[in-house]
Amino acid sequence: MKYQSQKVALYYMYGALTLFAAQVLFGVLAGTVYVFPNLLSEILPFNIIRMIHTNALIVWLLMGYFGAAYYLLPEECETEIYSPKLAIIQFWLFMVAAGAAVVGYLFGIHEGREFLEQPLIIKVGIVIVALMFLFNATMTLLKGRKTAISNVLMVALWLVALLFLFAFYNPSNLALDKMYWWYVVHLWVEGVWELIMASILAFLMIKMTGVDREVIEKWLYVMVSLSLFTGILGTGHHYYWIGTPGYWQWIGNVFSTLEVVPFFAMVVFCFYMVWKGGRDHPNKAALLWSLGCSVMAFFGAGVWGFMHTLSAVNYYTHGTQITAAHGHLAFYGAYVMLNLAIFTYALPYLRRREPFNQQLNMWGFWITTSAMAFMTFTLTFAGVVQTHLQRVLGMGYMEVQDQVALFYWMRLGSGVAVLIGVVLVVWSLVVIPRRVPLAGQTRVVARPAE
Amino acid sequence: MSERLTKSAARNIFYGGTIFFLVVFLGLTLHSHIYIKTVSTDESKLSPSVVAGKHIWERHSCINCHTLLGEGAYYAPELGNVWVRYGGEDDPEGARDTLKAWMAVQPTGIEGRRQMPQFNLTDPELDQLIDFLEWTSKIDTQNWPPNEAG
Repeated sequence: MKYQSQKVALYYMYGALTLFAAQVLFGVLAGTVYVFPNLLSEILPFNIIRMIHTNALIVWLLMGYFGAAYYLLPEECETEIYSPKLAIIQFWLFMVAAGAAVVGYLFGIHEGREFLEQPLIIKVGIVIVALMFLFNATMTLLKGRKTAISNVLMVALWLVALLFLFAFYNPSNLALDKMYWWYVVHLWVEGVWELIMASILAFLMIKMTGVDREVIEKWLYVMVSLSLFTGILGTGHHYYWIGTPGYWQWIGNVFSTLEVVPFFAMVVFCFYMVWKGGRDHPNKAALLWSLGCSVMAFFGAGVWGFMHTLSAVNYYTHGTQITAAHGHLAFYGAYVMLNLAIFTYALPYLRRREPFNQQLNMWGFWITTSAMAFMTFTLTFAGVVQTHLQRVLGMGYMEVQDQVALFYWMRLGSGVAVLIGVVLVVWSLVVIPRRVPLAGQTRVVARPAE
Repeated sequence: MSERLTKSAARNIFYGGTIFFLVVFLGLTLHSHIYIKTVSTDESKLSPSVVAGKHIWERHSCINCHTLLGEGAYYAPELGNVWVRYGGEDDPEGARDTLKAWMAVQPTGIEGRRQMPQFNLTDPELDQLIDFLEWTSKIDTQNWPPNEAG
């Protein structure tokens, strides 16, 4: 850590980890209700549990991006953050809004569009939070050095905020509602969030591999070009069956198939840079998360996305557990792991901590990641059976659900394993180890590459 | 990566290409907007009751258990075609009564069965919600879902 104001990132990273814990707890709860459907059914119905599960995820990921930006911008721009005080106010406003939303959900106060359930006042609060961030970060960027990493990151965060404005537009015509709803949902996660992902990975590669900035930033532009050139028209794969014209099947088939390419490019990029750099960075755990992120994003978003993206396949799989399988691994691989990578990298510097409990963190990595992979497999099997019985043979929905009950048990098991892994990761990041480092144990004391 | 591609060239490709694809996308969205309003949905039947039904659908967050045109949670049946599944095309009154009766007995409390909450909708509200589901079932969805099971 070179700049004092980077410290504000701590608020965001701890806040994000808190909401991460809530997200996973509610996920396990939802998985439990799948196998014990009478559990809490009158006090806390499934729709509320799921709402908290998905909303906590989205908010903690965003909070993590803000934290990453506040950590990375001073080093990239070689200047202090424009107003650290504003950043702290912004954090508390965001945290209070998120907390108020969750408490409101528990009492049945919510709107009704998936992922955009926040009551109007909370949505307005989110916009204010975003404006505070954009002002603060843009002023920082303007007074300092402008690098490709900081430019791409800021373009992405501006677009995140602009696209969120579509959350305020809710036409009475359901087909129109759905078409513009994807402007937020798809263009975030399969569009501009990929820019955030690529720029943070690029930052981590510069710091940890020592490869020349020129090389890395050229790769960055190529990766983000691939992301948006495929991802924007890739929206077509959501416009197959909601009342939009038939030509979206052609557009969706072609461009969403190509959406695999940027994810593959990110895998190649990360591994090539580590190989090329040949540098032995002491924070092995951060490197593991970075490489793991690119690989799991490729499988979760890329391969599992491609599996059901062709309209001829999607006609049968749309809205089955196949979608759930893809959703879980894509969010975990791309965005959860991205955040954990930058947290694992930054927190030891922010806390001026040595030793950093890397072994525990890496145990958490392997347990969480394998459990998420297993969860994805179980949901995929459930989805394949469901697709065949329901969509091909025409068996009734509830009857089919009984047939796949075994997979929901296995999903609950993997959910519990995820929870254990997450506890290890969070523990390793938040709790200071009491032991003094043994001789030979890795110490995070090396300076960043530049 | 090739030495011929400079960083500034890569940057220009990124910004230029993004603007190009955005313009194409916005153009297609505009066309789709008009298509939805004039071809795939029947806006003349988008009555105040259908709109009120959509708000009831949203107020109770039905989407976080059910799917609607395949989007939503995957915990409860697809409702985009529930009107068709309940025989509303041949016997609208019968389908309406069956749907209302179904809503009235929730939650069933049957052990081991997924529970739908009791939303305590009034009779006019139930009519509005069903109007919304009926309207939705008539959207031209390129023949999705494949069968009545939804």
